[in-house]
Amino acid sequence: MRGELDLREHGHNRRWRFRQPSVLPGFGLALGVTLFWLVLIILIPLSGLIWRSSGLGWSQFMTLALDTRTLNALRISFGTAFVAAIVNLIFGVILAWVLVRYRFPGKRVIDAMVDLPFALPTAVAGIALATLYAPNGWIGALLAPLGIKIAFTPVGIVIALIFVGLPFVVRTVQPIMEEIDKEVEEAAATLGASRFQTIRRVLLPGLLPAGLTGFALAFARGVGEYGSVIFIAGNLPYVSEIAPLLIVIRLEEFNYPAATAIAAVMLVISFAMLLVINSIQAWSRRRYVYVA
Amino acid sequence: MEVRVQNIRKEFGRFPALDDVSLNIRSGELIALLGPSGSGKTTLLRLVAGLESPTDGTIFFGDEDASQKTVQERNIGFVFQHYALFRHMTVLDNVAFGLKVRPANRRPPAADIRKRALDLIDLVQLSGLEKRYPAQLSGGQRQRVALARAMAVEPNVLLLDEPFGALDAQVRKELRRWLREIHDRTGHTTIFVTHDQEEALELADRVVVMSKGTIEQVGTPDEIYDHPVSPFVYGFIGQSNALAVTLANGEIWFEDRPIGLRAPTEPDGPATLYFRPHDIELIDGCGGCLAGLVTASRRVAGTRHLELDLGRNHPHAEIELPPERTTTQDRARVAFRPTKWKLFRDEKAGNEVPSADVEAEAPVQPFELARTGT
Amino acid sequence: MSPDLATAAHHVRAATSESRFARLSLIAAALAFVALFLLLPLAAVFTEALRKGPAEFLSALGDAETFSAIRLTLIVAAIAVPLNLVFGVAAAWAIAKFEFIGKAFLTTLIDLPFSVSPVISGLVFVLLFGSHSLIGPWLQSHGIQILFAVPGLVLATVFVTFPFVARELIPLMQEQGTSDEEAALSLGASGWQTFWHVTLPNIKWGLLYGVLLCNARAMGEFGAVSVVSGHIRGQTNTMPLQVEILYNEYNFVAAFAVATLLALLALVTLVLKTALELRYSAEIAASRRH
Repeated sequence: MRGELDLREHGHNRRWRFRQPSVLPGFGLALGVTLFWLVLIILIPLSGLIWRSSGLGWSQFMTLALDTRTLNALRISFGTAFVAAIVNLIFGVILAWVLVRYRFPGKRVIDAMVDLPFALPTAVAGIALATLYAPNGWIGALLAPLGIKIAFTPVGIVIALIFVGLPFVVRTVQPIMEEIDKEVEEAAATLGASRFQTIRRVLLPGLLPAGLTGFALAFARGVGEYGSVIFIAGNLPYVSEIAPLLIVIRLEEFNYPAATAIAAVMLVISFAMLLVINSIQAWSRRRYVYVA
Repeated sequence: MEVRVQNIRKEFGRFPALDDVSLNIRSGELIALLGPSGSGKTTLLRLVAGLESPTDGTIFFGDEDASQKTVQERNIGFVFQHYALFRHMTVLDNVAFGLKVRPANRRPPAADIRKRALDLIDLVQLSGLEKRYPAQLSGGQRQRVALARAMAVEPNVLLLDEPFGALDAQVRKELRRWLREIHDRTGHTTIFVTHDQEEALELADRVVVMSKGTIEQVGTPDEIYDHPVSPFVYGFIGQSNALAVTLANGEIWFEDRPIGLRAPTEPDGPATLYFRPHDIELIDGCGGCLAGLVTASRRVAGTRHLELDLGRNHPHAEIELPPERTTTQDRARVAFRPTKWKLFRDEKAGNEVPSADVEAEAPVQPFELARTGT
Repeated sequence: MSPDLATAAHHVRAATSESRFARLSLIAAALAFVALFLLLPLAAVFTEALRKGPAEFLSALGDAETFSAIRLTLIVAAIAVPLNLVFGVAAAWAIAKFEFIGKAFLTTLIDLPFSVSPVISGLVFVLLFGSHSLIGPWLQSHGIQILFAVPGLVLATVFVTFPFVARELIPLMQEQGTSDEEAALSLGASGWQTFWHVTLPNIKWGLLYGVLLCNARAMGEFGAVSVVSGHIRGQTNTMPLQVEILYNEYNFVAAFAVATLLALLALVTLVLKTALELRYSAEIAASRRH
């Protein structure tokens, strides 16, 4: 095997090696398949996008990206995603707390249901929410007399994005909560901290990294969401039109440069979010993991 | 602060972890709760802390009934086996925590809190490490932070739950010595739980030996070791041999012969004889002795340990002798007699026979605190 | 105050729990949140589908276009899921069992489809194979149709469900380490034997989860597929796309009827997932803790 060859030839040299020697076989095959698939399915298509958008030239790119309608669409996408992620952060923590610490009838069902947004197709969620919050829907009808309109407004988008992002915070925070050391809570109590103080000063800070990760994941998901939003949003340009929808519209107009530009901007921001998520996780691992 | 435990009973479901336990702890003393797992020692500690509520009985801190108070109100300091430090706070913040969470009317100004925390960090010899996080400390250092944190609130009583159980043997020894020093300096009433009798006997002013939810004996380390009042204590503390014997006319018989010990006040019948391996004398010939064949001989530090086969139905006995007084031949026959011993009639603690400790004519072997495991 | 011994114990609340009021409020808030955002939409799907009675519901499902949409969904999933399964296993094997430079980068790349909007996932294929692209004209002249045809749908679905199996397997196999495999090799097993008899049984639950989620997403994908499909009725519409078409035509009962099938699929996925977790939680924990 390749690894052993390395050892025999260069065993006593400290030279740069692509991978550590190992007795396990199949590295070449596995990595080969992985890279082949990765390149074919992910990298080529994505570089196609990058190549296309760079082919636009800088000035044309900026014009397309900074077009008012585009900017509004981006504003709506990011703004609603942000609000929805905040709501999910608050209620996600509460939900995780309740699921981990309390017992009540139907808990197991609720716990399983949290994954529903992962499993349910976005189009199904989209039409269900649109029907619920339309002026003659179950909830829409309740709120209409109060003058509150949800469907066909940005509020509707936020509602849809709350649905879509709900599991992210819960599932990221839940394992951390399950591992909370009871003795730490007891220690705080013996030192005189009230229950509220214990939660605020001792438990919540420990949940911060997981909470932030979940928030970022929900936010990133919300920004790119399409299927569950377009039915409830109303899709009025400048008012309730999200960026992904604008891309689709441009595509249907055969305006490839514009579609490409918007997509490129969204990608850049998505990658930035990924970096943020990874650095939060790395930071928290450094801070909180006990060294042996 | 004096602590009085009165008729405490604690049940978990149907299982009685503590059964009618009463104990008086003097102000400023360092007392150990010692026993095997399941003895109820940790439960008792947690009841004093307020982390559990008793099913029955009361606990007094001084003259006040503490049973009605929540754990926050009792003003105790608790040190956990696994430190339970706040991972996201520095050492300084950990130690200062108890003072910072006080309600506004009792909270000292921030500068005072900081000073007090730094003083305590200095007391536990961790100066310079205030800004570190628990993840950056060793086990021994973490436990010292835990202790400083517990002491910061000027507790009525300091409670330690197997504080050195998670540490290496060497660190454990150092911290034991150090804990005693700290206690002598600060004078807090301190209760600590351990299953390590060496630790209890070395550290404590008094030891409470517990078993199966009850207190077997309370006494100073000397009292516990030299004058155990029940078979459990005799067997749990130090090393011991237990032989089934019979009493006849005040004479103690083993198997078919007298062993040369008398208990004149004792009625006839079966009993168990307890003695420690080093409380024996060798006898030439046998005009009343215990005799057996040597099945194993080991040199342990300054003495020789012999394992003797006393007969088919009896467990092997262990005796200790200075090396020069023994032969090292296997299957040599050895005759001996206990110089210090105790008879117990019934295996239940408390049913002990009036003390039959006998100081023999032969000089008693120098006291050796034998190492036991676990 | 002289203590009433019998009740003293019950007055003092345990050190680490909230007041009854706080607990009930939190539970109420959580349940209200779940009911509003999860249960209500789900209930709406079934209610709307049956609004005009079961007969209408069933005839909507029997519609020819709907039927071909169902068939197309199944075909696409049947291709995409096994492909990503093989990929996921290969990637997890390479990443979890070996140390090499660029491992973290590779893992991040695998995660890419997760962080990209589904619309963009579809867009990249339009840019790649569309008539304005490099390859497009060549494909056209050779009569190969990718976009607005089944291959395009498959590609977009594969892209979007790419990471699911790998993401489930990589942490699992990393936790399990290499000791089992090394033991098998030292006993003389070949690479494939080791993989088949040692590794696979260890990862079977993670594999099953990954496949479940991958399948659910493959059948339910909307955004990416919508961009590449061309919406040709009866030919390039998967079930989610069919839902959209019916809804936009105000054919609500039919739209919700198809949606019901998808919702049932989602519920079955959840039930299977939970059942697996319940029955084999001990085994899963043991295989994780290796």
